[in-house]
Amino acid sequence: MTVTPDTSAAAPTPRSLLDFQGWSRAQLESLFETSKMMQEVLARPVKKVPALTGFTVATVFFEASTRTRLSFELAARRMSADVLSFSAATSSISKGETYKDTLLTLDAMGVDAYVIRVDAAGVCHQAERWLGKPIINAGDGWRAHPTQALLDAFTLLEALGSLEGKKIAIVGDILHSRVARSNAELLPRLGAEVVACGPATLLPGTLPGVQLSTDLKTGLTDADAVMVLRLQNERMDKGLLPSLPEYIAGYQVTQERLDWAKPGAPLLHPGPMNRDVELEGPLADSSRSLVERQVANGQAIRMAVLYHLLVGKKPRGES
Amino acid sequence: MNGELLIQHVRLVDSRGEHGTADVLIGQGRILSLEGGDARRHIDASGLILSPGFCDPHAHLREPGQEVKEDLTSGLTAAARGGYSDVVSMPNTLPPVDRAEGVAALKEKAARIGQARLHPAAALTQGQEGKRLTEARLLAEAGAVLLTDDGRTNEDAGVLALGMQYAASWGLTVSVHAEDAGLRRGGVMNEGGVSFRLGLPGNSVYAESARIARDLEIVRYVLAQLGGRGPQAKALLHVQHLSSARGLELIRQAKAEGLPVTCEVGPHHLTLSEERLESLDPLYKVAPPLRTPADAEALIQGLLDGSIDCIGTDHAPHTQDEKELDLLRAPFGIPNLEVGWPLLYTELVLKRDFPLPVLLERFTDGPRRVLGFEAIWLEAGAEASLVLWNPDQERPVEPQRFASKAKFSPWAGWKLRGWPVLTLVEGRAVFEGLEQPA
Ligand SMILES: [Zn+2]
Repeated sequence: MTVTPDTSAAAPTPRSLLDFQGWSRAQLESLFETSKMMQEVLARPVKKVPALTGFTVATVFFEASTRTRLSFELAARRMSADVLSFSAATSSISKGETYKDTLLTLDAMGVDAYVIRVDAAGVCHQAERWLGKPIINAGDGWRAHPTQALLDAFTLLEALGSLEGKKIAIVGDILHSRVARSNAELLPRLGAEVVACGPATLLPGTLPGVQLSTDLKTGLTDADAVMVLRLQNERMDKGLLPSLPEYIAGYQVTQERLDWAKPGAPLLHPGPMNRDVELEGPLADSSRSLVERQVANGQAIRMAVLYHLLVGKKPRGES
Repeated sequence: MNGELLIQHVRLVDSRGEHGTADVLIGQGRILSLEGGDARRHIDASGLILSPGFCDPHAHLREPGQEVKEDLTSGLTAAARGGYSDVVSMPNTLPPVDRAEGVAALKEKAARIGQARLHPAAALTQGQEGKRLTEARLLAEAGAVLLTDDGRTNEDAGVLALGMQYAASWGLTVSVHAEDAGLRRGGVMNEGGVSFRLGLPGNSVYAESARIARDLEIVRYVLAQLGGRGPQAKALLHVQHLSSARGLELIRQAKAEGLPVTCEVGPHHLTLSEERLESLDPLYKVAPPLRTPADAEALIQGLLDGSIDCIGTDHAPHTQDEKELDLLRAPFGIPNLEVGWPLLYTELVLKRDFPLPVLLERFTDGPRRVLGFEAIWLEAGAEASLVLWNPDQERPVEPQRFASKAKFSPWAGWKLRGWPVLTLVEGRAVFEGLEQPA
């Protein structure tokens, strides 16, 4: 049995998913439709379809992230693609082994699509220029993490039905967050109003389509859903925050503060979570938390993205 | 009259203006006559323009230590091709040029190479570490023309004040990369809407203006300390590669007040802006960063009204591999020596009616004044360090043909006019790109 989602409604799918530039609302909605079909696949006893038989997907992680890498690799395998897994520390990149050499070496092995994670903005764009192949950005520096935003939006759609006119609060270190940037790009396109909220030193001066606030109450009041970001200890080391208790005092999402939001407003977190830092511990395990749904939906979303970027193309095979 | 070279039917333009068409006779390193004469070699220069050779107060030629990026031969050849007869090399080499021996060695080697003339800048502090001053007197004797810790920033105001005060005694100006390291943080592009959206660390305009404001106060302090002593011919402070309207405003006010300050601007800050980073290509990573179109516009006005004294290329070559790192790790800088003149002639003079003599001034007399060199004008008796260039022939920028080792350019493919075809240093051809007669 195969899945054959209808992708004809939208203009041709962009070659890559670097961010959401070039992705229309219709294309994004079609991607969500495909994700629903993938959810059905994932509910079967045999969670596998032959859609990408013969294709090779390379996961290239210049920055370690076991969860994201496993999620992509499992998604590719469930679509019957072959998976080539490559991890390198960026320290080796600085020491003369270039991104370009690494990618061209992999390309000689007949890769059809690349999933790239890196700590610097823009490497996925460079990769697309060098390789001319579909690239899925699995996170580039502070810039974008589009599959995370897609799975967040998909999870919100499940919980809220529609995002039209819904207020979504994002709380934490907005300045350094690719998750915040990708959600800021995606959610307003789906009709949501986004308020990003965090300490003044961790907010950008502006972010298109997003209201910025240093006041947590402003951010949370009447929110339909709350997305909490991970706080990196590095921010204290770099002098951007005085201390952890200081952050907790101002910005930890607690049961009490969550009451500012609409009744029952769900909680999202991209993981991995610092319990009792950005989020009060018990909340993480409460029925308000959609964290497990996010992880499960990540599978379906990544399968759908691979499907949209590759199906209809010819696998390259070994070369 | 007898000479070595006769450049016939050539239009003369220098900083003073247009001087019609002449037959320029050159011999013994000088312009012998503007009215022709006998010479061993004749060049029919109909349709070409002769101007004084350009002078670059700011180039990174990377020797010693980073010859993989550039060396004196490739760098000075690139300069000659760009129409430059004189180039100042920055001392942030490996090791830094901070002793008289280092300056002398560079000058000797450059003389042997025989391309554009080299005028080394030397470090202001030993090892460019910002602590102990270098030997300004000995460095000046060896031929250093500026003192600078460029490549780094002068974080210790006290050291900079002492350096300016001391260097002035020996006729040396201190030239600064004016950015506050604390405000700049790890910025790789202009801080603002574009950097926030792209998720790249920003470097604010205020990192530049705050540092310029501080340094202007240091100039006032040093003037008070000197109490009118010391040579007045040259500025105490030269601000390198100005990038922002705000920084320019501070310098304009200081000059109006009569402070002895000069500054330069690079070709990239006049012709490119931060939107280029939307491509996420480290090719556009320079320090200070590309700013907004409004900043570029203000800098063009500053160049026109003389608030900006000269063009400094900030020629900063790197290897291709380095420029293909990511935006956080790729080094700052691009090679500019071979495109500076045609770029600004095309973009400013041809497209915006910027007066040609003024632009020439900023490539010739302006930088020479900053460095304390004599101006070169097109008249009998003048030093024959000259450039012949073609105002009409259009050619795209082709980085793969650069003499510089850095064969990339943000202007690759731009169709430009004004390409130099002959560069002379004291009458000797250091670059010849004349089309051979059929
Ligand atoms: Zn500099």
